[in-house]
Amino acid sequence: MKREIPLLISMAAGIFVLIGFFVPHPAIRNIYDDIQGWVIIVVAFTYVLGMANLFRINVDQIQRGAKDWPYKLALVLSMVATMIVGFFFSRGSHYLDDGTAFSWIYLTFYSSMSATMFSLLAFFIASAAFRAFRVRSVEALLLAIAALILIIGRVPIGNMISPHVPQVADWLMEIPQNAAKRGILMGAALGVIATGFRVILGIERTYGSEGGGG
Amino acid sequence: MKKFAAWILVLVLGAASTPAFGFPLKAVDTPNDKGKNITLSWTPPAHPPEQWVVLRTEPGKTFTVIDTIGGGLTSYTDENAVNGVKYQYRLAGLGAGGAGIFSDDSQTAAAEPSWFDTGKLNVFIVITLFLALVLYYIAQAQRGKQWSFRPIAGLAAIEEAIGRSTEMGKGVLYIPGVQDIDDIQTIASMIILGNVARMTAKYETPLMVPTNSPAVYTVADEVVKGAYADVGRSDAYRSDMVRYITSEQFAYVAAVNGMMLRERPAANLLLGAFFAESLLLAETGHETGAIQIAGTANVHQLPFFVVACDYTLIGEEYYAASAYLSKDAKLLGSLKASDTIKILLVVVILAGCVLLTLGNPVLAEFFATQ
Repeated sequence: MKREIPLLISMAAGIFVLIGFFVPHPAIRNIYDDIQGWVIIVVAFTYVLGMANLFRINVDQIQRGAKDWPYKLALVLSMVATMIVGFFFSRGSHYLDDGTAFSWIYLTFYSSMSATMFSLLAFFIASAAFRAFRVRSVEALLLAIAALILIIGRVPIGNMISPHVPQVADWLMEIPQNAAKRGILMGAALGVIATGFRVILGIERTYGSEGGGG
Repeated sequence: MKKFAAWILVLVLGAASTPAFGFPLKAVDTPNDKGKNITLSWTPPAHPPEQWVVLRTEPGKTFTVIDTIGGGLTSYTDENAVNGVKYQYRLAGLGAGGAGIFSDDSQTAAAEPSWFDTGKLNVFIVITLFLALVLYYIAQAQRGKQWSFRPIAGLAAIEEAIGRSTEMGKGVLYIPGVQDIDDIQTIASMIILGNVARMTAKYETPLMVPTNSPAVYTVADEVVKGAYADVGRSDAYRSDMVRYITSEQFAYVAAVNGMMLRERPAANLLLGAFFAESLLLAETGHETGAIQIAGTANVHQLPFFVVACDYTLIGEEYYAASAYLSKDAKLLGSLKASDTIKILLVVVILAGCVLLTLGNPVLAEFFATQ
């Protein structure tokens, strides 16, 4: 039963949502919309579980004096401090409104650190590109040539060399690149449908392992 | 004052039985909706007014104003109709050039909810055909029919990577992407995670699954726990294998990169929906020397994975992973159905290209979804 009940629930919900996609009648669509609403409620409850997990693992590691425990301490203290500020020191406004203590924390600390993390991408792209453009096979040579044309064709110097360079770059993007991309997308779309059917029909039983939920 | 006078004129004339001047006004139940909508359409007069006042009546009542719209419009949807009530509509000109311009009264129309969205007929046909093929091939598989599929190097490498981690006495890091559990890529990732967890349980290899959504954390934890129980290794399951990190994209990246650099897992499996963080994660993993296998259906992230990872599952390969890894006959049957429908779609696309070249857009129009 432990296996069958979750499978039946997922099957029933899956079939209903699939039918709801094709039937706009309120008799079906209103329930379809309700099910979408239930998802939000379920996800809201999982935040409590997620938070509990985060606390439990990090506090446990701090108590054990695990390797790098000061980082865990910084995480737990920051999280508690941010929650206290968000709940109690937002001056009666929505916590993300301009001028609240919470938004000050968010903009001063989180946004800056997030932007720093994102900006690392430039360096990672450079190192990845260096490896990608090492010509060690015919395919790598074709990739390097296509990339070179695109890089030059997308900047003013490409047009200065020849007006054909940007045109070739555009052609590369619009024809071969688009054709390959659409091929991948179509294959992926079929994969999505096949995966959906496997879950709905109960063939895919990863969710319903005997030990799950125990 | 002038506008007020025009309104009075509209209301007086609107309440009258039939206007003196007219042009045709068509009213129909809006198709493929959940009711309450009636669509009006008209060919405007040569010199349309600044605005139109939309008037509506129902049996036993006089015309009343329901809306005022731009004079340049040629259609309007009344979204406040009561299902089943027969309405008649009339347009009256308002503002500059609007005096005395009225449409004919429309024929009566009643809003009704639709039981089938005919605009999705093409999707319905393909999905029904696909479902029929899946059921057919599953039945074939149950009768013992076997098929051969092309080997996918990335999938074969998953077991190899876990074996390597075991030999090195290091862990396996499984990153299920950054989308929530309602994304099909995350669902597919959870399915693959089940297979990966069975292997790590069997080989007694440490498994780390950092998640960026609490819903994904909950499901992933159940999947891993179930997988360990399935192979009789419930004792080896630890509750800190699956962790919720944060829902913020780059904070998640910072945490996972920290795990890569501190724990030094021997295998990084990046399977799910990825965005800007794909290269940040994969390049850090590359620097740690871990064997990396990535899989996603996000086309724009594939080049980053191809460059930074040892193996990349591209699009459909990613969705086929669970069938390949489990080697379950029924799952392989669904793969066969997928391949068959792909061949059919290629034939339809070629036929559509030929027909379109010959000036016949029937297939292209039928498969248009927007």
